[in-house]
Amino acid sequence: MADESKESIVDEPLRGGQMWSRVLKRGQSLRLTDIAGGGSVAALFFNADQPLERYNMPDTLKAQHIARITAGNVLYSDMGRVLCSVVSDSCGWHDTITGVGDAKQSLLKYGAGDYQTLRNEWHRNSRDNLLVELGKYGLAKRDFGATVNFFVKVVPDAEGKLSWVPEHSKPGSMVELRSEMNTLVVLSNTPHPLDPTLNYTPKIAHIAVRWAEPALPDDRCRRSCPENERGFLLTEAYFS
Amino acid sequence: MALFESSLDPKQASFDTVLGSGLGFSHVVLRGQTLRIVDLEGNQAVDTLFFSAADPSERYSAVDTIREQGAIYLSTGSPLMSTEGRVLLNIVADTCGRHDTLGGACAAESNQVRYAIEKKYMHSCRDNFLLEIQQRRPELSKRDLTANINFFMNVPVTPEGGLDFDDGISAPGRYVEMRADEDVIVLISNCPQLNNPCNGYNPTPVRILVW
Repeated sequence: MADESKESIVDEPLRGGQMWSRVLKRGQSLRLTDIAGGGSVAALFFNADQPLERYNMPDTLKAQHIARITAGNVLYSDMGRVLCSVVSDSCGWHDTITGVGDAKQSLLKYGAGDYQTLRNEWHRNSRDNLLVELGKYGLAKRDFGATVNFFVKVVPDAEGKLSWVPEHSKPGSMVELRSEMNTLVVLSNTPHPLDPTLNYTPKIAHIAVRWAEPALPDDRCRRSCPENERGFLLTEAYFS
Repeated sequence: MALFESSLDPKQASFDTVLGSGLGFSHVVLRGQTLRIVDLEGNQAVDTLFFSAADPSERYSAVDTIREQGAIYLSTGSPLMSTEGRVLLNIVADTCGRHDTLGGACAAESNQVRYAIEKKYMHSCRDNFLLEIQQRRPELSKRDLTANINFFMNVPVTPEGGLDFDDGISAPGRYVEMRADEDVIVLISNCPQLNNPCNGYNPTPVRILVW
């Protein structure tokens, strides 16, 4: 856990519908809190120093033999390095295999929600939100890959059929990432497309960034599997 | 796991080639055409990506495909969705029964993580993809290499959130067929992986046909 006494670098709400981005320096932590419960925050990750290197969902899953993200897991880039470690998580399951919604889906599900009528309560969607935020860094559609969907659980049965799990994330659920590289994090806070709620009701979240406690040799994420030991070694070699 | 055969006759195919393991390949499949990939010797992994030929920034999206069909594995009836929420192709026949789209492509760097630091020299699917697009598809670059389909590969996911690479469920001569809803570029790496059972530790050729 991060030292609570350390000064916060960012401490701000992520309103429903809002997007956000920041370069987390190597060694900083990002804590996301699902204040009301039932939240859904989509995230993309890039090596801020060379954004052609980015979060790779398949590499993350197959290296750790997982189909979801939780504490002890790390987020791998496509270059065999660890972008972020998940150092704590009170939620237990974050989705990374079902993507985000777009404007077409939003219109079909929630009806019209244009800015002209609703002003800043308009129906934003994560595809467009993330594209806007990517654009601020010169990134575009071609840089848009699988997201991590924090606070979302979509579970497969034995045949691979998927079900969205209601009330998965409890009020106050938190997940904390430690950045192992200089990592551009891009977030969008809108309802997940598999959430059956028919009213557009994105939930407020909270973002805190601070300097993390340095990873110790027995760090949980590093020790969770031999693959992660190698991932950390390769990441350290990149910065040495 | 239902299997669906095709009535198409290989003698009538307009395109027919055999691709050895460890090779990249790309081809434009036109709207209305049917693409078949045949696992000639069984248990081969065929890493495959699709791009809209008209605008390659629109491409196959594993996560949108999984979400829209509400299931992890691909088989007959699976619509292969694009990043713009449109159907690029539909799987119309499948005598294997299950194909993966979560395992991605092997790469020199991920092989180091997964197997050993000193495995970096080994051949990989991403190298095949990169060489193919560097040589023949200048409209594509590394940015366009996202989560692909692994035809004939078996990557079971558990309700507890586990994922594994298992022995294949394919066999010699099994095939998968898909019909294009629009003109698409298909980009293939016939997987050279020697470190896990995705190829039965023995990468083999596949046959690619178009009608």
